[in-house]
Parts: sequence; structure tokens; C-alpha cells
Amino acid sequence: MNVPMSWLKEYVNINVDLKTFVDKMTLTGSKVEKVEESGKEITNVVIGKVIAEEKHPDADRLRVMKCDIGTEVIQIVTAATNIQVGDIIPVALNGATLANGLKIKKGKLRGVESNGMFCSVEELGLTKEQFPDAPDDGIYIFHLDNLELGEDAKPYFGLGEQVVEYEITSNRPDCFSILGIATEAAATFNTPFLFPKIEVKEIAEDGTKFAKINIQEPALCNRYAARIIKNVHVKNSPKWLQDKLISAGLRPINNIVDITNYLLLEFGQPMHAFDYDKLVGKEINVRLAQNGEELKTLLGDTVKLDDTMLVIADKEKPIAIAGVMGGEDTKVTEETKTILFECANFNAFSVRQTSKKLGIMSDSSKKYVKGLDPENISYAVNRAAQLINMTESGDVLSGIIDIYPIKRTALTIGYDVDWINSYLGINISKEEMEEIFTRVRFVVNKDNTVTIPTSRPDVTMNADLAEEVARIYGYDKIPVTLERATPTVGGKTYEQQTVDKIKNTLRNCGAYGILTYTIESPKVFDKLNIAENSSLRNALKIQNPLGEDFSILRTTTINSILNVLSTNNNKRNENVALYEVGKVFLKTDKDLPNEVEKITVGLYGTDADFFTIKGIAETLIKVLNIKNTNYTRNQNLNFMHPGRCANLLIGKKEVGFLGEVHPEVLKNYGFSQKAYVLELDLKTLIDASKTEIVYKSLPKFPSITRDLALLVNRDILVGDMIKLINERGGKILVNTELFDVYEGEQVNAGQKSVAFNLIFRAEDKTLTDEEVQKSIQKILNGLETNFNAKLR
Amino acid sequence: MKEQLENIKIKALNEIEASNTLREIEDIRVKYLGKKGELTAVLKSMKNLSKEERPVIGQVANEVREVLEENLKNKKSDLEKLEQDKKLLEEIIDITLPAKKMTIGKMYPLDKTLEELSNIFIGMGYEIVSGREVETGYYNFDALNLGKEHPARDEQDTFYITNNIMLRTATSPVQIHTMESQSLPIRMIAPGKVYRSDEVDATHSPVFHQVEGLVIDENITFGDLKGVLAEFAKKFFGDKVKVKFRPHYFPFTEPSAEVDVTCVMCGGVGCSICKNEGFIEILGCGMVHPRVLEMAGIDSTKYQGFAFGMGVERLTMLKYNINDLRLFYENDIRFLEQF
Repeated sequence: MNVPMSWLKEYVNINVDLKTFVDKMTLTGSKVEKVEESGKEITNVVIGKVIAEEKHPDADRLRVMKCDIGTEVIQIVTAATNIQVGDIIPVALNGATLANGLKIKKGKLRGVESNGMFCSVEELGLTKEQFPDAPDDGIYIFHLDNLELGEDAKPYFGLGEQVVEYEITSNRPDCFSILGIATEAAATFNTPFLFPKIEVKEIAEDGTKFAKINIQEPALCNRYAARIIKNVHVKNSPKWLQDKLISAGLRPINNIVDITNYLLLEFGQPMHAFDYDKLVGKEINVRLAQNGEELKTLLGDTVKLDDTMLVIADKEKPIAIAGVMGGEDTKVTEETKTILFECANFNAFSVRQTSKKLGIMSDSSKKYVKGLDPENISYAVNRAAQLINMTESGDVLSGIIDIYPIKRTALTIGYDVDWINSYLGINISKEEMEEIFTRVRFVVNKDNTVTIPTSRPDVTMNADLAEEVARIYGYDKIPVTLERATPTVGGKTYEQQTVDKIKNTLRNCGAYGILTYTIESPKVFDKLNIAENSSLRNALKIQNPLGEDFSILRTTTINSILNVLSTNNNKRNENVALYEVGKVFLKTDKDLPNEVEKITVGLYGTDADFFTIKGIAETLIKVLNIKNTNYTRNQNLNFMHPGRCANLLIGKKEVGFLGEVHPEVLKNYGFSQKAYVLELDLKTLIDASKTEIVYKSLPKFPSITRDLALLVNRDILVGDMIKLINERGGKILVNTELFDVYEGEQVNAGQKSVAFNLIFRAEDKTLTDEEVQKSIQKILNGLETNFNAKLR
Repeated sequence: MKEQLENIKIKALNEIEASNTLREIEDIRVKYLGKKGELTAVLKSMKNLSKEERPVIGQVANEVREVLEENLKNKKSDLEKLEQDKKLLEEIIDITLPAKKMTIGKMYPLDKTLEELSNIFIGMGYEIVSGREVETGYYNFDALNLGKEHPARDEQDTFYITNNIMLRTATSPVQIHTMESQSLPIRMIAPGKVYRSDEVDATHSPVFHQVEGLVIDENITFGDLKGVLAEFAKKFFGDKVKVKFRPHYFPFTEPSAEVDVTCVMCGGVGCSICKNEGFIEILGCGMVHPRVLEMAGIDSTKYQGFAFGMGVERLTMLKYNINDLRLFYENDIRFLEQF
């Protein structure tokens, strides 16, 4: 909400400097976003009139103009082509400064003296959008009457005014008006609010019989008032009215439009003028549109209406979209003789829905969507009539047609001084509190109740009253305390601590923490080569996405991590390892999806291979004290290398997968080297980490070490061999370590040599060679039977 | 014989004195004290001496041996020290050569901020609670006093899955779940991802992170809210920070406030970051609206509470002077390694 200080001061006396004013307004809840003194840097630009022109003797493209600036006539050489004798234009005089800092000095142009410059709106720091009547490329020509030559041109462009922009919160639609801000200023500075004096001069003729107003949807329109103006004369507004609008950044159009705009600013109340003679049947029906009905709007577009949209219709057809925009057919033109001035209250939600559906936002709809006070209409409709009188725009007929089916009444509520004091942590007297209520225009009654103005439907209970007290008393004056209530023990849960531990471990493994978007494009499934029938493709879709790229919730984190790896690779970052703890979203047969947290690691680099990513998994398992893990080959994930991907299992439970990304998929991500990923289920890991730690005493007896080198077919999995060795080795086998795998010379083709280091120990005695030998024999027998392994 | 011993002593001591290497020292030891050494030979010949002479000469011989051993030991230690000094001198390296690369990753900047926030609030008795990112309309809106017609329910802010299922627009639903399920008093913070339909640019992202806090107990006041947040601001931004509470509006709190702190860039003097105001907004807060308490089944005549919420990206950007929010989601390692 932009409010010119000069206008505001008509309703409230402000005796403080601007800085104090804006600071205090902010502290009572009307947050000042900024103060703009428009055209501050512009000086010495006045209104002038071209009174004679000559050709430049030495330049075809220049003209020598004589310009009347009130006190004198000056000569200006110009290259502008759009001005002629008689035009009234802004003139920058010798010594003037323009918006871009340009200084104007008198001098000679091609030998002819020039004492200033004619200005375009751009040179005054303005745009053609603000001044649609400005030429595309040329000097601005005033189209206003009553201009005083030589006067400062800035006010005519709305420049030089201090305009304060307030952020209005949605609970205070009353503040979307200058009067609303004035009441706040009055409360803030504890000074009277001067409501404008409204007097209407009506002619005898009764206007109330001119039209029949029928509200069919009182829930969507709780009040519709109208006045009839006869003998309308559509013309330019007088200067005082134009100046007011310009100061607030609006362009004067004609008296009728200007009056509605004035009401919009002053009361925050939209109005609409219909050409009365065009109303079929002299009826105003506030009803829902029928599906398929159409309306040509003021903007000239024809829009299709449906039965959710509230319209104003005459006997035959819609003539306006309620609160959004008027229709072309009934608009006020220069031929208009009689107008029906609408002043109505439409439901905010309904206007919002309609405005959104049609994609039309108007100054009027912007107000209605905030929710307006229907009681305001009583004043606004008369204020408009008063302005008709003041601008001599027509004859105001007597009476108001006022249909008000759902009356808004002022609420009276009790206030509890002690409760409010203790709620805020202050201790002010009843009198002080009542004074605050009075300042915010609540009526204090004798029985500890206050009556709230209808413009403040946000106040319904003691908590709301507490807010009024707090903001006027001053948030800054409320003493800072620390809670004195029941203490609690804060802290992280086991799960949260474990997540910290996991992240910490991954960092110790060299991985950097990242976070990525959980919403992505459905195209990732093809990019990842995910099978058509895979459940991963069954993603939750966003109904109203920002675009396809962010239209589904991810079902796997692999796209996210590959994107980040690819970004880093493209930026030539070498040896990158990353981790993320984040969710995937899996559809269920219920309304809400399963939100599953995943640990994802991705890496690439010169020394990276499958066993790097496996090493990270193993480190996690070790840190989390997880026992009984197992890897099985996974050839089912299309985005993974079929020969280099494993599932991690704890017992029989699958935790996730890890391995090398499929080269085809990497190509889709523009990746030229190998990359490795891991995706593990967080909860499964945390649950498995809840093992009890029981101390085992350190060994008292010496161990015996044996190495075994075995020849097996190359497709035998070492993991399976280790599993068998551990099973066969018995209790005395305490550790089995692979130390070599070899293929090549001295080993038959198709075979490999696998060497293990075995450690034997008993808890209660020193082992003998025989006992160890017995165990080894059992192992060898097993290896031979199961894997056809031969001792080398 | 005594004279002989004296000669050995003098000779040996001279040799020890003249020796320059550990090798020579060892040779000298063998020469005099070894099995076939000169002094050993003298000692062996003592058996030929008379009973009276033997103890006298024996004593002298022992003295000589002790002197030699002592001198050999000292000389050896001197030489060893020399040798070591020489070796150390030879082992000098260029200590400015680059270090061996230890691999270690770093905490994600937003996690770092979250960690700091968590520590501050845990210290004040808070728990950390997380919750769903896909929520129902009830928890995302209704229970927060955002009625069906509230502008915040407009599609332009919220990503909908169905008409009643949506991506949460704040972490507030977590607080509602906690109020419904947990016994009082409650002191909690809820960090997490939230979603709003904003195009990606330097200050907006459709996915971002929030921390919201909630305290419910008896006798909680607005002054307490000020106290907790002032404490938080001091711990997070430093002791010198000034905190300003401004009235604001949120549907779920009454009274509500926005909190500004002295600009972290200019310290309150005024700069481009704070638009010359000297203060920057960091969070929103307020006393929990009695209707919100009642909807969650809490007796608002007996209990009060306060709530606050802040953007993790914003706090992090302020703290480290980061000017583009997109950096967080690009995850360039050159960005990540700075934290």
C-alpha cells in the first residue's frame, strides 16, 4: 500500500520527522517497506509552451524553438520531431538536473544558442507504462488543462512527493486504504483521527426507483449499494483531484474513473460506474454465471464464464464480473447521460477464485481478495456522490438503493486485564489498557467489554486484544524473560545420534555432505534406463508443478546423486565423493506415501573402484556395530553395471545396493568416467545398529597362523569360500583374511589362485598343531567338495 | 706389574681420546678389554702373583678396567651424539612441501547451521522432532488456523498431490503432530525440507529448509518468547547482536512478530545487504493461537505457548555472506569444501 504523506496528513496530524514516523509505524505493525521521494534528483524542470519554431540554419534535423516559461521566453534547439507550436511540455532549464544525473547547461548547438532542453518521461526517470499517453520516442506533451507556465513540472508527474510503502498483513484489509493507514497513524501517535466530512447535495428526484437490485447469492455478495447520477458530464477532473491521484502514482483519466480511483485509495472501496441507459430491464442481478455465458470486458477481451463465477447481470446477460472487471457494453463513455454507481461487497474467496480462473487481476479485485468491510459502503457511496458534486460531474439523485442481506455487526467481547498482562509478561493498569483500546478505536464499555469496529473482524478474543495492547504499548517495552515453567531435558534421540554418526563416518571416508531436490522430472526414469514395469516409475505426481522438471517426487536418489556427480565432473573437480541423507517417496494404497530415508553415496576418481564404495559400506557397518552382513550379486538394476553391483544384506534383510553405475546411464548424464554409488535404507541400518555391546576378555593363549593357497575356477565367489571356511573352521578359527587373488602365469586358464590367512586360537588353552591341522583338513575337504578347490 | 697396568691405562686412554668412530671405540674395547685383550691378559697373569701382591694389584687392575670402561662409554656416547647430529642434519627436509592427502569430507553448510541451532536449543531443553514431507490439508493448513479460504491455501504457494494431499509448506505440521501425541510440557524444534511453488532464482527455491520451534507449558509469556529468541540470536550471531521485535501477522500465532537482528555485514551502520536499515529480518514468531491449541486438544485456558520459524538457507547465507541460494543445490565441491 502506497500512501503519499501529503494525503495522509489530511486525516491525521503528524508532527514528527519522516524517519521517526516510519520507525514508529513499523513498531506498531504497519511495516514501512520503503519511502520514496520520487524524482528527488530532478531540479529546474518547469512547464513551458512552444510558441514559435524556426528551421536551424545549419542542421536539417534540428529546429529552433521559442518557449514560454511564464516569466520569460527562452530559445531551445531541439532534435525532437513530435512537438509543435502550442504544445505544453516539460522544459529543463539552464542548470537543471535530470533523472540520469544529466546536467543541462546553456550552450550553442551548431552555432545557435540553446538555453535548455525539452524532456521525455524517460528523462524524468519515468516509463511509458506509467504514462501511456507519452510518445514512444519523443517529448512528453501535457494533455491537462489549467497548467501554469513556469511552474515546477515535478508534481504533474507525481514527482517530489514522499510516498510511504507499507507492508499490509492479511489480517488487516482495512489498512489497504489511506483512511486505514490514517487510523493506524492516529493510534501510533495518540492523536485524533480526522474522518473526512461527507456531505452530499442531492436533487429532489428519487433515484431509488431507477433500478431493481436483486442479490441471488447473499453469501457471495452481502451488500450492494448504488446511486444514480443524472446529467453526467464526462470530462477531465479538476487539478486538485488529478494532483491527488498523481501523487499516489495514478494517472488521471476522466472525472468518473478518477472518482472511483479516489475512493479506491481513500476508502479502499472499489466502485464501478455503469452506463444506466444500457442496462436492459433496469435490473441489477447479482448471480452466478451460467456455464458458457460470455462477457466482453473493459479490456476488450471476451471471456467465457462458468457457474462458479459471480456476475452482475442486467435482465438479459452479465454486464460485469463481480469485483473483477466491468463489461465493455455498459461502460461509461463520453455519450453517457446517466450512471449507476455500484458500491458493493463481494466475497474475497469468490473474487480470488474467479480472478485466478480468468487470469484477470484488476485494482478492484486486488482489494476484494483481501476481504472488505461492508459497513464501509455507507460512507464510500456518499463520498463518491460528494465528489460528483465537487467536480460538477452530474446531478446526484436522492436516495441510495442499498441491498444488505447479511449485515455485519460490531462484536462486543470481554477483556481480562490480568490474563492479558500475564500472557504478555507485562503489568499495566486497567486504565492504561483501556486507553490503548480507545486509541485503536475500540469502544470501551462499562462492563469490562469492548466493542470492536466492523473493520476489525480479526479481533475476537483476549489473545487478539493482547496483540493490540502489545503493539501499541510497544513490543520493545515488553521485558525479556526466560521461561520459569517446568524444565525439560533436551537432546537427540538414539536415531538422531545414529544419523549424526553415519554422516560423520561418511565424512571420515572422504565424502562431502550434500542436499538435493526431492522433486524431479519423470524423464529421469528413461535417463536411468529403469524398466517400464518397475515400481520405481510409480511416482507421486504434483498436480500443479512449476514445470515438468519438478513434477514428481523421487522414488530413488540415484538421479540426484548422478546429477551432482556430473555437475562436479563438468567443472573438472577431481576425485569427488558425496553423501546425502534424504527421502524417497513410495506410493501406498493409502492417501499418504511411504517416506523412506536413504543414505546415498556417490563417487568417482582416479583410484576409485567397486571396492572403494564397498569399503565405505563396510566402514559404516563397522562403526554401527552391525553383525551378520552379507553381499549378493544384483543383476536386476538397469542403471547399475550388471557384473559390478551388489545387494547388502543384514541377515536376510536387504538394506540397499552398491556398485558401479551402468556405462550407458553414465553417458546419459554426460559422464565420461566410471562412477560408483550406494543407496542404503537408513532405518534398517539404525535398527540393526541397536546391538548390545558385551565386552569379551582379551585372548590369554597364543594363536596359530596358517596360510592356504587354493586353485579354483574363476567364477567361484571368494565370499562364498570365506563363508564355507568360517563354517568349517569351527570355534577355534577366529579370523579369515583374503590376502591374494591371482590369475595368469602358473595358473591354468579359467582358474584363479586364492590365498587366505587363517588365525586359530582357543580361549582356554594353547592349541596344538594337530588340533589346527584337523580344522584345516575339514576346511579343505569342504572347499574341495563345494568348489573343487585344490591346494596349490 | 703395577707399572704395566699404568702403561696400559695411559696408552688406552690416549687411544680412546684419539678415536673418531664407533668402530675405533669397539676396536679399542676389544684390544684392551676383550677376551684376548691386553688388560685381560694382565688380569689372567695375576694368578702368578703372591698372596700379598694379588689384592693390591687386583685393585689397581680393577681401577684401570673401570676407568677404561667409563672412558669408552663416554666417548661412545659422544660419538653417537655426533653421529646422530650429523644424521639429523642430513635428514633436513623442505617442510613447505605439500602434505600427504588425507581424505576427509565436510559437513553440508545447511547441516552445519542445523547442528548449531540444534545445539543451542538442546541446551535450553528442546527436543528435535521430524515428520512427514507429504501432508494432509488438515495438518498443513486447518490445524494451523488457516481456514479453507485463507490466501495461503492458494495453489500458487502449495504443491498439491491431490486436493487434500500436498507437500508441506512449512514444518509446522510436525508441531501439530507433537501437540497431539506428546505429553506437556513441550519444547521442540522441527527442522526439515519444505516446499513452495517458487521458481528457482538467487533467493528462491521450490525446495528449502526450515527450523520451527514450539514451547507449550503453563505460564508462558510473550516476554519468554523474546527471551528465548534473544538468547538464540546471541548464540548464533554473536554477543553484540541487537534484536528487534516487530508486530506481524501469522494465522497460527497471536500476537505475532517478526524478528530483526543488527545486520551481520555492517553491524548496524547500514549497507546494501540490510538496504541501509541496519537490521535484517531473520525469523517469524508469536504466541501460539488459542484456536491452534484447542484444535490439538490442549486446554488454552491452562496452557500457553510460543512458536517460531526460520529459514535455514537464509540464516546460512547471512552467516557466511553467500549471495546465491542456488549454490546450495548445485553442490559444487569447491563450494562445499569452504565450510
